[in-house]
Amino acid sequence: MSLTMEEQAKQVSVGSVNKVPMVKYTNVMKSFGDLEVLHGIDLEMQAGEKIALIGPSGSGKTTIGRMLMTLEEPTSGTIEVEGEHLWHVEKKGRLVRASEAHLHQMRTKIGMVFQHFNLFPHMKVLGNVTEAPRKVLGLSKEEANDRAIEMLRKVGLADKLDVYPAKLSGGQKQRVAIARALVMRPKVMVFDEVTSALDPELVGEVLAVIKEIAEEGEMAMMLITHEMDFAREVADRVIFGAEGHIVEQGPPEQIFENPQSERLQSFLKRIR
Amino acid sequence: MGSIGEWIPLLWEGTVITAQVTLLSAIVTLLLAAVTGIMRLSKFKIIRGISYIYVLIFRGVSLLVLLFWVYYALPLMGVELSKMTSAVLAIGLNFGAFGAEIVRSSILAVPKGQWEAAQALNLTPTQRMFRVIFPQALVRMLPPFNNLMIELLKATSLIYFITLTDLTYQAMILRSLYLPQTAQIFGLLLLIYFIMASIISMIARMLERKLSAGRM
Repeated sequence: MSLTMEEQAKQVSVGSVNKVPMVKYTNVMKSFGDLEVLHGIDLEMQAGEKIALIGPSGSGKTTIGRMLMTLEEPTSGTIEVEGEHLWHVEKKGRLVRASEAHLHQMRTKIGMVFQHFNLFPHMKVLGNVTEAPRKVLGLSKEEANDRAIEMLRKVGLADKLDVYPAKLSGGQKQRVAIARALVMRPKVMVFDEVTSALDPELVGEVLAVIKEIAEEGEMAMMLITHEMDFAREVADRVIFGAEGHIVEQGPPEQIFENPQSERLQSFLKRIR
Repeated sequence: MGSIGEWIPLLWEGTVITAQVTLLSAIVTLLLAAVTGIMRLSKFKIIRGISYIYVLIFRGVSLLVLLFWVYYALPLMGVELSKMTSAVLAIGLNFGAFGAEIVRSSILAVPKGQWEAAQALNLTPTQRMFRVIFPQALVRMLPPFNNLMIELLKATSLIYFITLTDLTYQAMILRSLYLPQTAQIFGLLLLIYFIMASIISMIARMLERKLSAGRM
């Protein structure tokens, strides 16, 4: 086996039964002003695991993803990534708010694709995908280009390197955004309603790309989605949230064929 | 009776001075606007405060009084500046305050999603601003800065009052020599300012085209 000493040590100390989860939310609450949108979420993701967050609008599922990407700070509770606190550092046995430097270091493991793509309009496709590898990872222009082109080939857009985002269709924009996030090689990636802003006929091409990435397996994925068929096909586990709680979770077959809670049953009835 | 031919050399001299003051004040204005406009968005209260007070004061004072103050009052405190420096400083400080608001509002107008995408890619706060946000804000700034620069050009006629021999100054001299032809002389003056303003607009439009290439 080609494990490094460090990895071997980790495996021995952690053991196979008691693996450190990729992501762990512990009693996470979030309020915006007086409005509490999450009332204490507990959630774990294993390395490489694909989970789908489903639920009605306003259930707080996007907030769950945004907190992992460090775009929203939990009001209370903790989030850990590979056993290390995301939003906190330990000082004299107490958890204190982490600095930007700590967040910067933690973010190297996390990536996100947004509902509205958020491509940089002043950079061409290649520039969008090479920006972070060059400025954050410090790769040379050639290395960054190679990496970016490989990713753009994966999403089927290697012929659009020299095009500004404004010239792309919505589906193409989202595929560039996926390549831009992938090129940083995160260990966990949040897909926040990535097809919600697309014309119906463009949804398929984006889902196909995500499915392909999921099949490669190594990266954990949090799919926040309204596409139930897609959640069912791609996710190892489906989590149903409503009104700021996780109501029910389980394998896709169970969630969709044999929902236990009344809340999930009525939700599924309404969307079918 | 004078003729245009006789007026031109004097007016040209004035035009050169006006162009000089305009260009130098514009540089001071743009620098001050960029620095204080970005300062207004700092996460540090003290930096935001300094910029806020600068804008509050220099946007609120009369340019002419400021000009008098710099040129006539500062020397009494031991700071003696040339007419040109006084003019550039007063105009730059005054217009920089307006420009700061253009910079600030243009940065705020860049969609929040751009900040978030830059953060998700793990760019540092400084990189987020200067690689992602500012270049987009720049395109939005051009039309209002075009207006501001034209305003600035026209405001330079106030330097006549500290006897800088600008375009307006020269026209006033000509008028005193050829009083019956006041209409022609001032007509010419209007025309020259108009042409200079058109040049500013042309430059702004060129920049706009260049900076927004491929993006719309």
